[in-house]
Amino acid sequence: MHVELRDIKKYFGPVRANDGISLVFEPGHIYGLLGENGAGKSTLMKILSGYQAPTSGQVLLEGEPVDFSSPSAALNCGIGMLYQEPQDFPPLQVLENYLLAYDNRLLLDRRAGERGLRSYADRFGFTIEPHVDVNSLTLGERQQMELMRLLSLGAEILILDEPTTGISAEQKEKLFGTMLRLAHEEEKTIVLVSHKLDEVQELCDEVAVLRRGLLVGTRALPCPNRELVRLMFGAEVPRSERARAARDTTTLLVDRASIHTYRLDVEVPTLEARAGEVIGLAGLEGSGQRLFMEACAGLRPIRSGQILLDGEPLHGKRSPFFWTRWLALVVLVTAVAWFAFQWATGGSTGLGFAGGAALSLLVAGTLWLVGTLLVSWTGVSPYHEFQRRGGAYVAAGRLELGLISGLTIAEHRALTNPAQSFVADWAGARQEMERRIAQFNIVGQPDAPVDELSGGNQQRVMIALLNSPLRLLLLEHPTRGLDVTSANFIWERFQDRCVQGTTIVFMSADLDELLERSDRIVVFSGGSVIGILDTSETTVDELGHLIGGQAR
Amino acid sequence: MKERIVQNLWPIVPVLMSILATTLLLVLVGGDPVVTFSALLDGAIGTSDRLFSTLAFWVPLLLCSAGLLVTFTAGLWNIGVEGQMIMGALGASWVALKVAAPHPAIPGWLILVMEVLAAMALGGLWSVLAGVLKTRGGVHEIFGGVALNNLAIIATNYLISGPWQPPEGGTFRGTQPFPSQALFPLLGNTRFSPLTLVLALGVLGLVALSLRGTSWGLRLKALGKNPRSAFLLGVPSERETLTAMLVCGAAAGLAGSVRVLSWFDSLRQSISGGIGFLAILIVLLAGMRPLWTLLIALFFSALLTGGTIVQLRTQLKASISGIIQGTLVLFVLLFGDYRLLFRKRREGAEAEAKEP
Repeated sequence: MHVELRDIKKYFGPVRANDGISLVFEPGHIYGLLGENGAGKSTLMKILSGYQAPTSGQVLLEGEPVDFSSPSAALNCGIGMLYQEPQDFPPLQVLENYLLAYDNRLLLDRRAGERGLRSYADRFGFTIEPHVDVNSLTLGERQQMELMRLLSLGAEILILDEPTTGISAEQKEKLFGTMLRLAHEEEKTIVLVSHKLDEVQELCDEVAVLRRGLLVGTRALPCPNRELVRLMFGAEVPRSERARAARDTTTLLVDRASIHTYRLDVEVPTLEARAGEVIGLAGLEGSGQRLFMEACAGLRPIRSGQILLDGEPLHGKRSPFFWTRWLALVVLVTAVAWFAFQWATGGSTGLGFAGGAALSLLVAGTLWLVGTLLVSWTGVSPYHEFQRRGGAYVAAGRLELGLISGLTIAEHRALTNPAQSFVADWAGARQEMERRIAQFNIVGQPDAPVDELSGGNQQRVMIALLNSPLRLLLLEHPTRGLDVTSANFIWERFQDRCVQGTTIVFMSADLDELLERSDRIVVFSGGSVIGILDTSETTVDELGHLIGGQAR
Repeated sequence: MKERIVQNLWPIVPVLMSILATTLLLVLVGGDPVVTFSALLDGAIGTSDRLFSTLAFWVPLLLCSAGLLVTFTAGLWNIGVEGQMIMGALGASWVALKVAAPHPAIPGWLILVMEVLAAMALGGLWSVLAGVLKTRGGVHEIFGGVALNNLAIIATNYLISGPWQPPEGGTFRGTQPFPSQALFPLLGNTRFSPLTLVLALGVLGLVALSLRGTSWGLRLKALGKNPRSAFLLGVPSERETLTAMLVCGAAAGLAGSVRVLSWFDSLRQSISGGIGFLAILIVLLAGMRPLWTLLIALFFSALLTGGTIVQLRTQLKASISGIIQGTLVLFVLLFGDYRLLFRKRREGAEAEAKEP
């Protein structure tokens, strides 16, 4: 289908996300849409897919102007978008998800749906069972599922928004193969939104580059990377140099730790991380890296073995009132027994057995309740003990796991300040964050709610919130979705921490990032460690081979 | 700035709309709205007795609302506030019947302190039970609360008809009246005790200040908005959940003691009078703003007190206040949250501005 975007403008208040963009997409071609964070790529595609309306400008299909009121209206015209975050329903099954858009019938035809799903899966070599829960799928599989749904609904134009973030190398290859086939054999139009040059080079026939809401150029591919970088950033970005900062003291010591979940058992033999060292965790998504990191943070119990932070295991602080629940049990048993004895021997308690038992239950229950309250006041969970001992865990989901929508940047500081006074020190928190906002180059005021910041700025806020001294920093996809400049900036801040003696353990799906940023790489596969590599002696190919070669 | 003023004054909108709807309804059934509403107003504040009655009803509403401000901030739907109030009433009654009545020599102020403490402890623990069921048992606080409400009612009925039955054989309606030194000091011949109003306003003020200006309040806010992020940022979830429940339960328990020790003079079957549920509505309507909570609670209390006079003056039933209340619920649900009301259109824009 022939698509034309004509002078699209989209303003958010003073922000010009798209400032007059005109583009043409022809059938049978794969187009790349390049640009750094905030360039306006996603905005433009959301306008094309009917997610939001432009401030001005037109979308034309086969020369006819169209005006989409919703994504489903756009899908009816054959435009389907694969969002960066999967738009699916995790509690449902794959088949149910697939059938969702067919709800204009009273009865669902599950059998036909299953047939359709299987035929698509066979065609593209996807291995998804229709009857498993979406919960249990990896990000890449959820993406495949959504792709099949869009195709079955007649999508002629497929928009993929950063489709390779968070999926495995194998899944990426499969996705790209499918895209090539759809475009070149089935005459579909494909638009790939990305900030990764290699991907665009690999897959696309033509690329359009956006910068600050403007179209700065289109190029036929292949074309030199250098030229694209110049278009994207206006100047070439040098890669930052990295100095090793590892010292002799051991921060993190893992000794044959095993973690058990119902889906995966993870075994980590022996790993010793020194102060200032950076350790990368590599492997396909879901190979056990995250579980291992959660165990290091005390968020997940280990079944056997040990994980020591500065020589001490993480089992939280037991409350001095832990005995109250035992006392409650003892009181209950003794009292009931006593009443039973009195009742059996004919002794007079004035209550009878039932009354006595009820009274015992009441007393023991109250004791247990008060005990639980005291325990909750005085105990410390393993994760919070980890934090107190200078550990930090930065998860990938910014507004789900890390920041709190509706609270301001300064309130986050007040919340995470280790020296928290009872009366909140708003002025101090504001001042401190003003300093850190400048230091971390954050676009935003201390009184701005974090949900009003852009993704990259949210990431910076999370890192700006880290306290000192920091012994161990655990990072989950620290630069996912960030452009090169922001990623470099963030890694420079991490490097500063390393110089001060912080140990960093991070997981990433980006092999270049792993090789460039870590001192050693631990490679996971199916829950076991299949190699610990020194980055100075490893190449991308070797690492890729190790990860991919072991993949099942 | 203008938007802020609109947002702050917004709770008036559903109130006015429900009054309008009720007026229409009155006209429709042939009633005279002017007479009816003036009777309502007269019934609420027409004479000093009625005014004091309105105030006396206001006090427990305020206390429950103050407690609910805490739990709502922490993201907890403390439906169990009703039962917590009843348990508070039981606690106060126990002291009044078992300590004050047999020992008339104990000074009144000491009895009152003991009654209030017992009420707060029992209400608080009843609330903590719902909290523990949530944190340890995975039972949502709504379900736990409903169950515990019923248990509290059953416990009251058992006590009234069993161990605490008046000696003269009594009915199913209540215990014998408490000795006068066990009651809150009442104003003249009314059911209103100024002391309780001072207490209630103090509790509400304390809650408002704590939620706004302490790190405890901030932790509750964080917990309420996103429990998982809050935990990762260092908020001990169980501790804050239980503490919030404890505070709310204690406030509700205090409200229960006010009911038995000033509104009534004994433990009755209908001790809660639906005040807990009404308080939930008030806090939601006020958008969790303390000052509005205060005013709306007063409005409701006037509405319910005035309803009885309406029945005397017109042929209409007292249920006129019920109708206003019911339509108010409806309009609050429809238009209550100003931000939510206008968000839909902006939502796409906001989401977009965040991430390219």
